[in-house]
Amino acid sequence: MEYHIDTQICVIGAGHAGVEAALACSRLGLKTVIFTMNVDSIAMMPCNPHIGGSSKGHLVREIDALGGEMGKNIDKTFIQSKMLNVSKGPAVHSLRTQADKAEYSKTMRQVLEHQENLTIRQAEVMQILTEDHKVVGVRIHTGTVYRCQAAIICTGTYLNARCLVGESITETGPSGMQRSTGLKDSLNGIGIPLRRFKTGTPARMDGRSLDYSKMTIQEGDKVVIPFSYSTDPADVQIEQVPCFLTYTNEETHNIIRQNIDRSPIYAGIIEGTGPRYCPSIEDKVVKFAEKTRHQVFIEPEGRGTNEVYVDGMSSSMPDDVQQRMYRTVPGLENCVIVKNAYAIEYDCINANLLKLTLETRDVDGLFCAGQFNGSSGYEEAAAQGLMAGINAAMKILGGEPLVLKRSEAYIGVLIDDLVTKDNREPYRMMTSRAEYRLLLRQDNADLRLRKYGYRVGLISQEQYDHVCEKERMIEEEIRRLKSIRIGAARENQEYLRAHNSSDLKTACSLAELMCRPELGYEAIAGLDPDRKPLPKEVTEQVEINIRYEGYIARQKRQVEQFDKMENRKIPAAIDYDDVGSLRLEARQKLKEFRPTSIGQASRLSGVTPADIAVLLIYLEKYRAQRGETIMKGREG
Amino acid sequence: MALQYDHLQTDTIAAIATAMSEAGIGIIRISGPDAAAIGSKLYRTPQKNKTDISLWRPGTIRFGYIVEADQDGKENVIDEVMLSWMKSPHSYTTEDTVEINTHGGMFLMNRILALVLQAGARMAEPGEFTKRAFLGGRIDLARAEAVMDLISSRNEFARKTSAAQLQGAVSSKVKELREKILYEIAFIESALDDPENYTLEGYTNRLMGTCEYLEKEMHTLLSHADEGRILREGIRTAIVGRPNVGKSSLLNHLAGEERAIVTEIEGTTRDTLSETVRVGGVLLHLTDTAGIRQTEDKVEQIGVHRAQQALDRAELILFVIDSSRKLTVEDEEIAERIIENLREDKKCILLMNKTDLSPEVSQEQVEELFTKRGSECPPLLFCSLQTGEGTKELGEFVSELFHTGEIAEKNEIFLVNLRHQDAVKEALDSILLVKDSIENGMSEDFFSIDLMNAYRVLGTILGEAVEDDLVEEIFSKFCLGK
Repeated sequence: MEYHIDTQICVIGAGHAGVEAALACSRLGLKTVIFTMNVDSIAMMPCNPHIGGSSKGHLVREIDALGGEMGKNIDKTFIQSKMLNVSKGPAVHSLRTQADKAEYSKTMRQVLEHQENLTIRQAEVMQILTEDHKVVGVRIHTGTVYRCQAAIICTGTYLNARCLVGESITETGPSGMQRSTGLKDSLNGIGIPLRRFKTGTPARMDGRSLDYSKMTIQEGDKVVIPFSYSTDPADVQIEQVPCFLTYTNEETHNIIRQNIDRSPIYAGIIEGTGPRYCPSIEDKVVKFAEKTRHQVFIEPEGRGTNEVYVDGMSSSMPDDVQQRMYRTVPGLENCVIVKNAYAIEYDCINANLLKLTLETRDVDGLFCAGQFNGSSGYEEAAAQGLMAGINAAMKILGGEPLVLKRSEAYIGVLIDDLVTKDNREPYRMMTSRAEYRLLLRQDNADLRLRKYGYRVGLISQEQYDHVCEKERMIEEEIRRLKSIRIGAARENQEYLRAHNSSDLKTACSLAELMCRPELGYEAIAGLDPDRKPLPKEVTEQVEINIRYEGYIARQKRQVEQFDKMENRKIPAAIDYDDVGSLRLEARQKLKEFRPTSIGQASRLSGVTPADIAVLLIYLEKYRAQRGETIMKGREG
Repeated sequence: MALQYDHLQTDTIAAIATAMSEAGIGIIRISGPDAAAIGSKLYRTPQKNKTDISLWRPGTIRFGYIVEADQDGKENVIDEVMLSWMKSPHSYTTEDTVEINTHGGMFLMNRILALVLQAGARMAEPGEFTKRAFLGGRIDLARAEAVMDLISSRNEFARKTSAAQLQGAVSSKVKELREKILYEIAFIESALDDPENYTLEGYTNRLMGTCEYLEKEMHTLLSHADEGRILREGIRTAIVGRPNVGKSSLLNHLAGEERAIVTEIEGTTRDTLSETVRVGGVLLHLTDTAGIRQTEDKVEQIGVHRAQQALDRAELILFVIDSSRKLTVEDEEIAERIIENLREDKKCILLMNKTDLSPEVSQEQVEELFTKRGSECPPLLFCSLQTGEGTKELGEFVSELFHTGEIAEKNEIFLVNLRHQDAVKEALDSILLVKDSIENGMSEDFFSIDLMNAYRVLGTILGEAVEDDLVEEIFSKFCLGK
């Protein structure tokens, strides 16, 4: 008889998706086991050493607002922090930090080790066990079965991975870690097809071999803003480590051009699809031939190591070409390579076979998250892990699933894009993907999402009360500033002139006055004697909401239209063959994707507005036949 | 029993609810929460007073005017109408509905519809009234399905039309504008996604230039759209001349001969301000400029003033001169005004009426009215509206002016309909908002909200999707680092 252990949820993989999933499940009270090929690789950062960045910083904030761990962990382990785009509008401000990779991993492992209900197990999961298309357990390489009600696959880039450096191919996972192989047959056996994606990473060098005097120093911010709403800002004002900027040149590009036939991608050895937005230096040189130089950032991998990361020069060229090409870059003339740049190919799924809850449509209780879903990036992985964990827990606990809308969160955009769109390469989050980004700012993630974290149980009453109180104070202050009017009295005019502003022609409200570019909330303090001291997090929101009111209002109107379609739900049992006058292409798409709302259906490529109209009519008929009244969408 | 729905529509839509045809009464339907407010903005009672339609007894229909304010805020009557008011849920769509029954033919219907849209309604999509009627539980499923077939086939038609349009001038222009907008969005987005590789320094100047170009092109597009409409929808025609030269006779003659009077509302026939007739294969929307309301005593004094108003709107001017009486100062004044209009590329035909009486005015004298002011004399036609002599030739004159003119050569612009104009106008508004943002020193990420809107709205003309191609554009044009 087989040996088995009873648990409730199995999380396969302990990268950034896996740890968030496992923590969410165990924190919601479910007995959880997290499997990893090697406990030393928990929350490992095998590629770049940053957390955050444009739009990714938003994801980290959102993860934190919902009760995830990434923000807290990076606040404890960062070595440099920068708010990007500060010269731009508040919607695109984005935090980016350099992590101490080893510390990040170690600290996250400690969080897992101290988490109640959570067991860490070093093992390779070989098989997903199902009965009647429902997950009942997983089998590990020793034969032991862990019985569970839900499994979350977060295998990242490990599944059937191979790494390529020129003609050299090694069958390993990232950074020389052992790859996993067993799961492929099992997944195919339960009807989950796999596909192959590719990504790459640059070389790591011994920092002592570089000449930093030939590069431009890049310091962190003087005042650091933490990622997590739970972190005391005083705790993150630490001594930071600089990065350095240098550039490639025509010599670099010539070496690449002369050896392009030795690149496994251009030689046709690599078949997986790589990301366009994270191109190798070969790709940049070939596709953007007119550029005479490309940026190269030298970034430390941690305080306790000499290793540095050569950002901007990922490659899969043979070792000798790499050596020559890196040495053409100013400051890298004598560089000593610790780890080669390499490309990695791995198995993943097409996330189109998932529901918006990240559960597979065809296997009950099987959830998927992270790079296994065809995304790229630590933050994208963590966000999915958190959502998959929450939804797996909700399923077992009988709670309502948590699906965030595109108009509510970058996480909503991320998952909707992965599940709905035709993604043919690793998916990276970008601000341009968020249609309603003026509302989805990194500064208001708590106001947008704390309520959901509270609802599912990852946010405490106290944390929730705090955000409700904050919201109340913001509204009250905006109302007050709009109601108080300032007349054209002489002392007011003098005050304005003293603040480099022009005279008032007629009386206006404090709010209107604040909108003058040269003024602001702080600048008009002298005209506002009744003002009570408010926390900075409140005044910041007041300022943004008043200053950008017109834009915010226009964006909210766009969201209203969008939400109408999102709130029209499509029943799971609908038979599209029964829907007359749908065009063939649309019918196939709808059958394949099984969208949950009219809004989601309208985003499928190949589904036209006419098809949507047909579908709306059919849905009414469908419900009428079943004696139901129209299902009204929930208020978001 | 009809189902009770909480339908989620919040905007007010409008469209011409009757089939477009050259004759007959047309209905412009306005449906949604602002229907009464929009109706009240445009409608005036027979005494020319404002009224709040929402206070009317539901289900009533009243006679009155649709007005449009000119630049000075003065209201001009566009058409006489019957306006009906139906309160939710007792209407076709189950929403508050105002219907404007017009009699002015396609041209006037489109004009009134444009005013309704200006007043805040959105152009209804094909089948949208029916969709709302259905969602409101107003019509049953069998009927809805029947309508759906119609919508599907219309979509098919629309698809074919838009395919044809892809070869047209307007479509390629819209495409070009969209590409320009997309390029700017992609550039901004790339810089935001990858601030270390892309700098936006000095970018606003370039964007301002693009916006100015877009603004200019959209203005041109809108004005061309008007020209295109002329061919399909007719020509605004003013009949001018001093009192008693035979303007009303001309109107009646043309209307009677063509038997195409579209103003058959009882008691108003002979009071009408306008008629639509077909002359020489071209639709003319005739406006007699004075002397219609014979009850008014000061006809003579208001003649020139009215002529001025009609001239401002007209695309074709029929200048009637009484050849049996000597030219007067008024003829001189009218000629002067016409010359101003001719400079704006308007067309004119001179009618020397009353050839059945002994002539007091020579052709030379008439030509001199124009030549001495440095203008070429418009084509001149001798006729007698009394006997009908020479009137047949009017058709030939019109046909020559418009069929061989430059308008006909821009045939493809004909496809631009009101919905498209609506879209271009909205896109133009968005571009103007971008300019505002630049002038107010906003940062670049704010530009893309309105640029995106312009891009999306223009896309509705071509029926193209938005989200995916933006990402494609970013990837194909720009090199993103990290």
